[in-house]
Amino acid sequence: MRGNQANRLAAGGLVDRSEEISFRFDGKTFFGFKGDTLASALVANGVRLVGRSFKYHRPRGILTAGSEEPNALVELRSGARREPNTKATTAELYEGLDAASQNRWPSLNFDVMAVNQLFAPIFVAGFYYKTFMWPAKFWEAIYEPAIRRAAGLGRAAGLPDPDHYDKAWAHCDVVIAGSGPAGLAAALAAGRGGARVILCEEDFVLGGRLLADGGTIDGLPAAEWVARAVAELTAMPDVRIMTRTTLFGVYDGGTYGAIERVNDHLPVPPEHQVRQRLWRIVAKRCVVAAGSIERPIVFAGNDTPGVMMASAMRSYINRYAATPSRRIALFTNNEDGWRTAETAIAAGLQVAAVIDARPDVSPAHRSLASKGGFPVLHGSVNGVDGGKNGVRKISVSLTGGARAEVEADGLAVSGGWNPAVGLTSYHRGRPKWRDDIAAFVPDGAPPGMIAAGAANGAFGLGACLREGFEAGAAAARDAGRSGSTGSMPVANDEAFSLMPVWHVAGKGKAFVDQQHDVTASDVELAQREGFQSVEHLKRYTTLGMATDQGKTSNVAGLAIMAAVSGKSIPETGTTIYRPPYVPVAIGAFAGHHRDENFHATRLTPSHHWAAEQGAIFVDTGLWKRAQWYPRAGEKDWLESVTREVKAVRGGVGFCDVSTLGKIDVHGPDAGAFLDRVYINAFSSLAVGKARYGLMLREDGIVYDDGTTSRLAEDHYFLTTTTAKAGLVMQHLEFCRQVLFPELDVQLTSVSDQWAQFSIAGPKARDLLKEIVDPAEDLSNEGFPFMGARAVKLRGGLKARLFRISFSGEMAFEISVPARYGEAMARNLMIAGKPFGVTPYGTEALGVMRIEKGHVAGPELNGTTTAADLGLGKMMSTKKDFIGRVMAGREALVAPNRQVVVGIKPTDKARRLRSGAHIVPKGETPGPDNDQGYVTSVCFSPVLDQWIGLGLVERGRERIGEIVQAHDPLRGEDYDVELCNSVFYDPDGGRQRG
Amino acid sequence: MRIVCPFCGERELGEFTYLGDAKPQRPAADAGEDAVYDYVYLRDNIAGVMSEHWYHGGGCRAWLKVTRNTLTHEISAVEPAAGAGAAKVGA
Ligand SMILES: [Zn+2]
Repeated sequence: MRGNQANRLAAGGLVDRSEEISFRFDGKTFFGFKGDTLASALVANGVRLVGRSFKYHRPRGILTAGSEEPNALVELRSGARREPNTKATTAELYEGLDAASQNRWPSLNFDVMAVNQLFAPIFVAGFYYKTFMWPAKFWEAIYEPAIRRAAGLGRAAGLPDPDHYDKAWAHCDVVIAGSGPAGLAAALAAGRGGARVILCEEDFVLGGRLLADGGTIDGLPAAEWVARAVAELTAMPDVRIMTRTTLFGVYDGGTYGAIERVNDHLPVPPEHQVRQRLWRIVAKRCVVAAGSIERPIVFAGNDTPGVMMASAMRSYINRYAATPSRRIALFTNNEDGWRTAETAIAAGLQVAAVIDARPDVSPAHRSLASKGGFPVLHGSVNGVDGGKNGVRKISVSLTGGARAEVEADGLAVSGGWNPAVGLTSYHRGRPKWRDDIAAFVPDGAPPGMIAAGAANGAFGLGACLREGFEAGAAAARDAGRSGSTGSMPVANDEAFSLMPVWHVAGKGKAFVDQQHDVTASDVELAQREGFQSVEHLKRYTTLGMATDQGKTSNVAGLAIMAAVSGKSIPETGTTIYRPPYVPVAIGAFAGHHRDENFHATRLTPSHHWAAEQGAIFVDTGLWKRAQWYPRAGEKDWLESVTREVKAVRGGVGFCDVSTLGKIDVHGPDAGAFLDRVYINAFSSLAVGKARYGLMLREDGIVYDDGTTSRLAEDHYFLTTTTAKAGLVMQHLEFCRQVLFPELDVQLTSVSDQWAQFSIAGPKARDLLKEIVDPAEDLSNEGFPFMGARAVKLRGGLKARLFRISFSGEMAFEISVPARYGEAMARNLMIAGKPFGVTPYGTEALGVMRIEKGHVAGPELNGTTTAADLGLGKMMSTKKDFIGRVMAGREALVAPNRQVVVGIKPTDKARRLRSGAHIVPKGETPGPDNDQGYVTSVCFSPVLDQWIGLGLVERGRERIGEIVQAHDPLRGEDYDVELCNSVFYDPDGGRQRG
Repeated sequence: MRIVCPFCGERELGEFTYLGDAKPQRPAADAGEDAVYDYVYLRDNIAGVMSEHWYHGGGCRAWLKVTRNTLTHEISAVEPAAGAGAAKVGA
């Protein structure tokens, strides 16, 4: 053995002494064993000071042995994997573990910020609100940075997390939280009954309190019974045991959230494995066997290192064979606390004294005291002497008023037990107070959930087994599983007696919430200042708002509040419980959805070909689209885009437009259906023809546009914008299924089925002839403007061809099955070589549509009407359609609406910017005379200047007017002319020719 | 929350899209502006059981009429919209 582990017992415990593990804490090397937590290994090495407190930088030790720990928080690991606020009490020890204490500077032993204690008066309840209020500007500049330096928890890594996280679903009949006696009994009953069971245990070993407290079950020592139960459960094919997994939340419909720490117990997750996995478990029933949490008693110096929960002390001694102290005093107000004295004596430790707040102590404990040679003092601890090196002396106020002092190096405290009511109290449930155990217990639970055992206030071992078994059996039955549950495990119940003690008056700081440094006097002060509601108390003092969510502090805080306000604890009430029950890393909620996988990526059919061409891609929604295709020697994007536009206008180019939404509309009523969803008529469209269509929302505002073709009497092919593809499908399904169920029509989304290319330019037909079967008539007569039909390609492939134009040139769009998309791009390049074919991207596409005055996303912006876009005449007066009535409302037809108009700077050399506001000439820009703004801009190679579209008040009546473009973001003001929005080929001869 | 789609079975919330109150009926073509105004804009803010439109976009694309308690999220009934599925109403 390399380490001496001075505080490790010679034998016993559930640690594996054959596997010695080295680890570092604050740069110093220590040794522990497999099966240790970081906390138990520190205990075994005699390390008592593990951190400094949040506000006052007081020295703190280890208080608990579980996930309720408020003090022993460390930064675990280093570099990008550094994780602050990790509970040493649940962090499994692994070879090479590297941990650092938090919130101290420069070192844990010498912390200059401990002077905060001298300024303690300014850190009282509500200090944020009181001290740092004025002047307001000081807050950001001075107060906040200073507070952040002085108060706080650990430091985040500040680097991208190198690990992976996973999200998964699981389904079962019964999910069980906790594997103590109640949880194991529930799993046995449910599993034997035939239920599909998931048993979640946050620890890495099953057994719960049995691991530390033992007992006898079915005549067997607890450890043996646990081993048999686990063996039986493991053999059941439908029982899944998940250790290192905490059930942290309950959601609607029997959905539970659980976090599995898959590889937190290793230095680095093995290759291809995740660090943590977020489970969503869907279960018909849930048994909460989450146990209970021992509660502290609030007294001066109760945060001194060496003061520890009595049950935690038993855990360290019995489970880990590690002794937190050599001479232990015990302060208890209940029978259960005495077990720690028994444990200490059995382990050969000294018991200095038992301070029992109750008037009577059982004869058995009296004889234990006389055999162990320690006094039993009736009274309460009211002060602890000791600093960063831990407890030295304990002062006791005896019942009757006398004082006593006890010399000890450790103080075990038991104030009774609080059932873990978190899970059962979600969905706004409120626990109810039970006087006999002086604790809150579940009062009902979310649908399908039941608490059993200590989580339900049944603390005896026999009661835990009974309640767990019955709950498990009932859950299986409720889930429709009726197998025999066999015999119930049996154990005796321990004696129970408790006298509530929450707070002992004394000199010095007495902490309620150790993680947030909230003292008893803070709670009292808040009450005096009028914070009557517990919700206000919580937020004003920050009690229970730290990462431990007040697991050891909330009830004591309530009790103190109740005492000062003269109300009972149930009258004072609890705050609302909300998930998660334990902190869950954001990374786990994100799972694999980060970086390039933050969302799905959609690639166009010709993507790989475009990438080969060196295309620059732009994200449009989920799509990657080729934005332009730079060529060697081009100095910027504008040069490339200008070349592409000129190539199309002067010859031929093509562009992948597969991202458009595509919907097949089938059925005898297809035309009638489209008449109702578009403002213009489609039932009158001839077979073999395409038509531009505009859809409104029911409130009269434009929703989407696109070209729809009639391929057969009962078959239309509808296209949508890229952005609205999914939404239009949803909208049309709503119209079909809900609004017009009488129409015989069906919709099929075919967006992913067809690759679609626009082939545009005066040589478009020449190029197409090389692609399309020579038997197809592509002449202006045989395939006129707005023609649409199926064609055969050379080689026999069937395609759909549409003579539609977004660029203003003679243009076709050709659709081929998506799997031929890439081949089509390559063939267009080959066949187009004699014509100088040029692939163009979305940027050139946009330039040409602006030159043609076509509206797109920036104009279809959710505020414009058909008339605003200059398309008011399309609105049919002969039929009803979605949005017809509302489109006629007063404000939507007002004469002073902002409508689409062309805009160009009077200085031809000036660049126009979208977003610039339009203000009448000679007026000072401001909200009162704002008349609209520039929506789309481009550099027009045809006009050799920047041009744009805008939405301008009465714009179409003001053609030729010079107005100001006011761009406060860029600090620009310049004159522009309002003009016709169709800059290029206004009579449309080129696209028809 | 989980919704039992009449076509797909029980599925989780993420597969569905919420639209809103299923009660308002689209007025006839000649009903006049006030009726359409009511249909488009006026909604009851119901604390309790209400009938809602949900879309199973992550599944069969059916529009559903879901009876849900807005206070507890308890779902008591799910029916397909009149025109959901392949068959035309009355056929
Ligand atoms: Zn469905």
